[in-house]
Amino acid sequence: MALSRADVEKVSLLARLQLGPAELDRLTGELGRIVDFVEQLSELETREIAPLAHALDVANVFADDVVKPSLPRDEALANAPKRDDECYRVPAVLGE
Amino acid sequence: MGSVSTSATRLRDDLAAGRISSVEATRACLDRIHQVDGRVQAFLRVDAEGAMAAAADVDRRRSQGLPVGLLAGVPIALKDILCTRGQPTTCGSKMLERFVPPYDATVVRKLREADAVILGKVNLDEFAMGGSTENSAYFPTRNPWDLERVPGGSSGGSAACVAAEMAPWSIGTDTGGSIRQPAALCGITGLKPTYGRVSRFGLVAFASSLDQAGPMTHSAEDAALLLEAIAGHDPLDATSADVPAPRYTAELDKPLDGLRLGLVRDHYGAGLSSEVEAAVREAVRIFESLGARTVDISLPHSKYGIATYYVIAPCEASSNLARYDGVHFGYRTDEPSMLAELEAERRAALASSGDSARAEAAVAAIDSPLVRLYRRTRAEGFGPEVKRRVMLGTYALSAGYYDAYYLKALKVRRLIRNDYDAAFENVDLIIGPTTPAAAYRLGEKANDPLAMYLEDLYTVTANLAGVPGISIPCGSTAAGLPIGLQLQAPAFQESRLLRAAHRFQRVTDWHLRRPDLS
Amino acid sequence: MSDKVSNPTSTPTHTPASNAGSDAAGNSASNSASTAPYELVIGLEVHVQLATQSKLFCRCSTRFGAEPNTQTCPVCIGLPGALPVMNREAYQLALRTALALHCEIPAFTKWDRKNYYYPDLPKGYQISQFDLPMSRNGWLEIRDPKGEFAPKRVRITRAHLEEDAGKSMHDEVAGRADSRIDLNRTGTPLLEIVSEPDLRSPREAKAYLTELRLLLVYLGVSDCNMQEGSLRVDANVNLHIATPEGTIATPIVEVKNVNSFRAVERALAFEAERQYEAWLETGQRKGDVPKQTRGWDDQRQITYGQRHKEESSDYRYFPDPDLAPVTITVEQVERIRAGLGELPAATRTRLESDYQLPAYDADVIVNQESAFVAYYLAVADGCGDGKQAANWLTQEVLRLMNERNWTIGQFPVPASGLVELLAAVKSGKAPATRAKELFGAMVDGSLALDAAMERLGIAAVSSSEIESLCRQLLADNPRIVADVKSGKAQAAASLIGQAKKRNPNVNPNDVRATCLKLIEQM
Ligand SMILES: [Zn+2]
Repeated sequence: MALSRADVEKVSLLARLQLGPAELDRLTGELGRIVDFVEQLSELETREIAPLAHALDVANVFADDVVKPSLPRDEALANAPKRDDECYRVPAVLGE
Repeated sequence: MGSVSTSATRLRDDLAAGRISSVEATRACLDRIHQVDGRVQAFLRVDAEGAMAAAADVDRRRSQGLPVGLLAGVPIALKDILCTRGQPTTCGSKMLERFVPPYDATVVRKLREADAVILGKVNLDEFAMGGSTENSAYFPTRNPWDLERVPGGSSGGSAACVAAEMAPWSIGTDTGGSIRQPAALCGITGLKPTYGRVSRFGLVAFASSLDQAGPMTHSAEDAALLLEAIAGHDPLDATSADVPAPRYTAELDKPLDGLRLGLVRDHYGAGLSSEVEAAVREAVRIFESLGARTVDISLPHSKYGIATYYVIAPCEASSNLARYDGVHFGYRTDEPSMLAELEAERRAALASSGDSARAEAAVAAIDSPLVRLYRRTRAEGFGPEVKRRVMLGTYALSAGYYDAYYLKALKVRRLIRNDYDAAFENVDLIIGPTTPAAAYRLGEKANDPLAMYLEDLYTVTANLAGVPGISIPCGSTAAGLPIGLQLQAPAFQESRLLRAAHRFQRVTDWHLRRPDLS
Repeated sequence: MSDKVSNPTSTPTHTPASNAGSDAAGNSASNSASTAPYELVIGLEVHVQLATQSKLFCRCSTRFGAEPNTQTCPVCIGLPGALPVMNREAYQLALRTALALHCEIPAFTKWDRKNYYYPDLPKGYQISQFDLPMSRNGWLEIRDPKGEFAPKRVRITRAHLEEDAGKSMHDEVAGRADSRIDLNRTGTPLLEIVSEPDLRSPREAKAYLTELRLLLVYLGVSDCNMQEGSLRVDANVNLHIATPEGTIATPIVEVKNVNSFRAVERALAFEAERQYEAWLETGQRKGDVPKQTRGWDDQRQITYGQRHKEESSDYRYFPDPDLAPVTITVEQVERIRAGLGELPAATRTRLESDYQLPAYDADVIVNQESAFVAYYLAVADGCGDGKQAANWLTQEVLRLMNERNWTIGQFPVPASGLVELLAAVKSGKAPATRAKELFGAMVDGSLALDAAMERLGIAAVSSSEIESLCRQLLADNPRIVADVKSGKAQAAASLIGQAKKRNPNVNPNDVRATCLKLIEQM
């Protein structure tokens, strides 16, 4: 499955990355080679194989429903690049 | 300096016996950092003040006869991907240049509870993506054995600071070999524990189903002690194993008689350097001389390990790194210039097209301010390798490709694990090279991502299967570069790994060699 | 919603489906047509906040109304390195609901990441469930006691557990100014309940929502407070139009975030008309255009198109590697099912069969909160007359609750008080004619029966008092005595009026019987 420049451009929006024309060209080539390399997996017959998403076979891990202290607001907001006394701030989200 | 550099275990015993104070040991590390880190560049940040205060506190408590922890007074360096409360945690990324976590990772908390003295945070490939530490947004770290060569990665800073004797040991993390490979290239011991053995809480995620933190030390004995301090179940990590952690140090000297070592046929093929192969074969002979038996085994799907890994890890990464969008923490692009850029694009769209319908469509295609904020923030905050993997993972998960790539990779992952399960029916440990070759030159593979990925050939399968692996020094190239031997064990058999490595280190001295940085 | 305690007679007047048996949309906007030329097809997605103390993946409080960003921690801010751990209670509440909705519970379920960027979603993904939800294939029966539609089982596609997002606040007046983000709500447990497109009218959609909310409140899994966003509704709507070439389907439109049941009804009615007109104009069918999202403008009573980028629906779901899957055995499922208690539909049936209530009364009673049913049962069992108890509850009690905006829990007269009143009336201790007045006094003053009688000056009248009163009346009215003696027993009726004037507390039946007895003895 060849990866086109248009594919890469579409993915860059999905991934929320702004890529310049030169970067798009370079990535189209690089990603194309990696994707071609990964294609070797299709050699394997895996119809009957169950996927393995977790390396550790654990199930049913729960925590009790007990409230614990939250962060003080100043500490919660301390890393925000833009904030006021109460909230994080972003460009208007109307109509997004 | 002697007791600081040779063994953390001995340093701990010397501290306990009062032969040296923690302030002295910490001072010695800070002096050494001052002396050589200008050349090695392992540390992103040295917390001299905090370290000295912690050391003085341990000394005071010890002198007052108060109880102290397992690692009391022993200095340590942390890969800068473990959250440290109130101390910047950058992940080697511009994105997190000013990020100060309000909490400690569980590993860090355990180290503090054990009274370890944290010297500072060491360099890594950005978000642990890479094998050379050249992908750090700040500077590349050098291999102490040859400053023109890479220390490996992504835990290159962790490996280099131990090899260069700036810290007696350190913590690294391993997603596809990021502890074992730099340990091999820097001539130290590096252990990737079983997935779930060490809590991931506070370890900034690269690929959540593969990441594990582990010890990077001079010896297996030290690795056992450090693992003992950080291993164990953590209710804050749902993927942490609820399996009791043994006292690894107490099991080190159990005999090895009858140990069955699996030699992986598939490991000795094209790409393996003859010097590495010779050193590994010699190590196997030493194990045989110690009473081990070797068995030829096959991991038939291991050749698909790289392809599988380079689907699963980027897919998880693309999602794990979505949170770096300039809203709640981390870097944000300059908004006025972003808005100016959008305005310029709007004008250009209106001007370039004669009819109004087409102009309108062109304007509609321009990102909204919020989308552009995200895209510029991420374009400016991430380096090329991170972008590459985020793009790759986003593509592989996107509509129409999921089954062909991600789901397929999960299935092959199961086949790889089945290979291990079958192999461990017949052998106790698997033995082989850690890397195909010794350290390469800085910049040598920087322009060929795929070549860089192929370096992980021998290490990624342990992460995919979740089993533990250790790399120990087993030789040296003609040019004097260290060579690493990898041992792998069934899940939760770290004791067996450490015991074998310890026995080997009792009859060899590769782990005692130090680079000359004078 | 304000109609939490509602009398069904107060539901909005509504144009019924024009022809019996037709599935035509009963929407008021199209009441000029005798039969709508289309069938309205509706599926609902309901998001319910589960009533846990702490969030789904961290231990921050879920309390509503706190100051912005005071209920967050590294996990729900999505800080680097933080990890989720599933709240056991949230899973249990979801499981109870799924079982009450007759869903199958698969032995294995897992959690997935739904990836998209939005400022109120700090991790850049929502933890939800994709291909293996915790429950599927259930149903909820809806009925209309007034018979506007036939009872039907609405199929439930699935119910799954996921986390809520935070809140984006935007001051529209400020134009392009920043939006502000509050993450207090981020990570609150939500149960998403998805129905099949089985609903055929706004009325049915409202009935489904009402019944679903009732069930959730009965189970105690949610407070379903729509003003606080505990229950949110999205509707998928399109039309099936009969044409000479056969039935065609119009494009599906999703109407988002409609914030009251009444608004749902209106939005659906609006959409039916809008889509029909759009079809007449464009001829577009399902599949011709991507699914459209519209919002409901409550002020203008219209839906409006929302901006929608094509790529935004590529959510790139994959299993969340941070969370362990959940497995459950048949025995565990059955234990939970056995502990559910009686659900509203079963209670209605029981009131109809065991208490001989008409369907309408049973519906009114059961549609209140379960404490109201308990009140009813206590009164009915205490007085031994289910119908009488129902009359009192649906008329007096509900009326007072509505007037004074009380829940049954706040109602000042306990069931035992009403039982006592009914018994006193029956025994003659209290006059039946003044029973409602007495009940009002008990309610107003939070009084026991005796105190209320005293307050109103109602004294129980003894039989000797009645006898002496009657003797006087007979002595004062010789003509009536003569009339009765000559066979006109009904002439005694006028004595009762006089008796009540002299002592308002007397029981008219007692007066009548005593007078007749005394006349006979004369
Ligand atoms: Zn929280």
